[in-house]
Amino acid sequence: MTTYILRRFVNYAILTAFATVFVYIAASLFFYPRKRYLGRNPPIPESTQDAILSGYGINDKDPVLLRAWWWFERIITEPFPEKLGQDLTGNWVIQEMGTRAGVSLRLLVLGSLIAAVLGVVLGVWGAVRQYKASDQIVSYASFVLISTPTFVGGVVLMILATELNNLLGFQAIRFTGSYTPGFTGWEKWWDYGVHLLLPTIALALFGAAGYSRYQRSIMLDVLGSDYIRTARAKGATRSRALVKHGVRVALIPMSTYFAYNFGTLVSGSAFLEIVFSWRGMGQYGIQAVQQSDVNALAGTVCFTAILLLISSTLSEVLYAALDPRVRV
Amino acid sequence: MSTTPPADRAGDLAEDLEPTAGLARHQKRNRRRQEDKPYRPVSRSRLVLRRLRTKPNFWIGGVIVLLIVLFALFGDLINVYELNQADPYSFNSPPSAQHYFGTDAIGMDLYASMTEALRMSLLIGFLAAPLATLVAAFLGSLAGYLGGIFETLTNSLINLLLVLPVFYMLMIISPALATPETLPEWLQWIGFMPSWLLLVIAIGLFSWMIMAQIVKNQTKSLKEREYVKAARFMGVGTLAILRRHIIPNVASLLIIDAALGVAMAILAETSLSFFGLGIQAPAVSLGTLLQDGTGAAVSRPWLFVIPAGFLVALLTGVALVGDALRDAIDPTSEVNRA
Repeated sequence: MTTYILRRFVNYAILTAFATVFVYIAASLFFYPRKRYLGRNPPIPESTQDAILSGYGINDKDPVLLRAWWWFERIITEPFPEKLGQDLTGNWVIQEMGTRAGVSLRLLVLGSLIAAVLGVVLGVWGAVRQYKASDQIVSYASFVLISTPTFVGGVVLMILATELNNLLGFQAIRFTGSYTPGFTGWEKWWDYGVHLLLPTIALALFGAAGYSRYQRSIMLDVLGSDYIRTARAKGATRSRALVKHGVRVALIPMSTYFAYNFGTLVSGSAFLEIVFSWRGMGQYGIQAVQQSDVNALAGTVCFTAILLLISSTLSEVLYAALDPRVRV
Repeated sequence: MSTTPPADRAGDLAEDLEPTAGLARHQKRNRRRQEDKPYRPVSRSRLVLRRLRTKPNFWIGGVIVLLIVLFALFGDLINVYELNQADPYSFNSPPSAQHYFGTDAIGMDLYASMTEALRMSLLIGFLAAPLATLVAAFLGSLAGYLGGIFETLTNSLINLLLVLPVFYMLMIISPALATPETLPEWLQWIGFMPSWLLLVIAIGLFSWMIMAQIVKNQTKSLKEREYVKAARFMGVGTLAILRRHIIPNVASLLIIDAALGVAMAILAETSLSFFGLGIQAPAVSLGTLLQDGTGAAVSRPWLFVIPAGFLVALLTGVALVGDALRDAIDPTSEVNRA
């Protein structure tokens, strides 16, 4: 089993490297960082522009493939904080990632874990109660939630929180930024939690809606199968038959789906970072596109690709843990 | 077709096997209709349509989508204001008899913007999704049928694109929409495309991967069937075999994919435009309206709630139709409990 997972991991790692270089080339073709230095008064001489851009390694006068090669070379040869180069404000991309990654991961890990658990529970529950009123309500609610982009859901939650704060007369739910400066000790952690509340709800509901639809249809397939009837016939209780024999099998295809859907959650949480003004990786990436910052974008994509790499590997581990047939 | 009717009238096997409630009514009506008509076997598409009619989700979703499409096409007939025509006498006015959906800070009529934005988003959604399905059908079936090096290449391409979130890829090419004049010379032709067309192509080209994988696996098993082998040994060309024997067999999957893809495409367009990376002013889409409305969500809620409501309703409608379509085409996806 370990060799199987290791093989998959190496496979994903190679893909990740290729994908990041691919993105760097595409971004170099479509972005035009020089526009940052054009149209200034007093005008910046072209030689100075070239010098600045060459310093970042993103001068559009150099061939694209050469720039991509330099970028890749820098990863291997340069010392640690300089590996991914500088963004257009002059900060090392890796240092910037260091301060932002925690902010993003907080939301992403919590949101996707809650989404997965909630989605699986709701899906199984809906399948067991197929066509009853509760199943119908959950089904229609999840259709509406799937169709609500996270940035719309986030703004709706913000409106509701503002109403609540106005009603209470004080700031019960603080939602701007990822923390309020000036708190210390346990108050600081409480403040982090309060700020996490709304974005996490928005992300978790969006994710859970998708998972529950998928889990429900798999669970329905499983419920119709012979081994559930066999389990009941040999005397297992209904809940034991459903959980030990049903849910366990129904989770196998879900483990692949978790990995597929993780990309959607990553972009969903990037939207939420913008809506709630969090200084995270998603916000860094979108800002990089708006400012034609090739190195910053490449850093963001690198971060995302590594996250996807980890999530795919975890889903393989989950798959192997659930399905004995892979464990040979 | 004027064949003689079989002795057993009820022998319409497909109907007997169909357990759906409400079918008895159809049977009775069809039987009455058939008294003076020659017997016709039930085709698959009629069977699917018949099942579809019994799904409440199909009707709910279909009516929502139809109403929104009609509103987008003909809604502006009853409006006196045009797109981007400011009304200097009413800034920030809430919905009223004058401005049905209210106005924004510079007096633009939201109703006029809404109809235009819906047209844009619907156009992109309904073109990009079939494009993605077309790419998936072509590459997937070809890779599955040919195998060998072509399959390996397609697989690597699929895996490469699956590693990256679609939204990031769309983000990267977005400068081509906003500032096409800064593209390198050999890519300048991209800048000459209207932005909606560019978005259609981009969304289509970045969302075919999962479906292509499914089609490829189906094709690999279909390829071993006798009728496909027979066609191949008789010297029928590859593309003709794909068109006549492979694609019709995966058509149901493709239809479902195209239907659900519409929602995905509209969502992608809206997200891009929301961050100013998609449709550019003065053109409007649901995303640009939402972007403008978000800042005003608390003080002037109509500017946010109306576009958001239309977006969610449209996407829900499409998802409901797609779900009903899946159940109708593949009845095993909704098994009854044993």
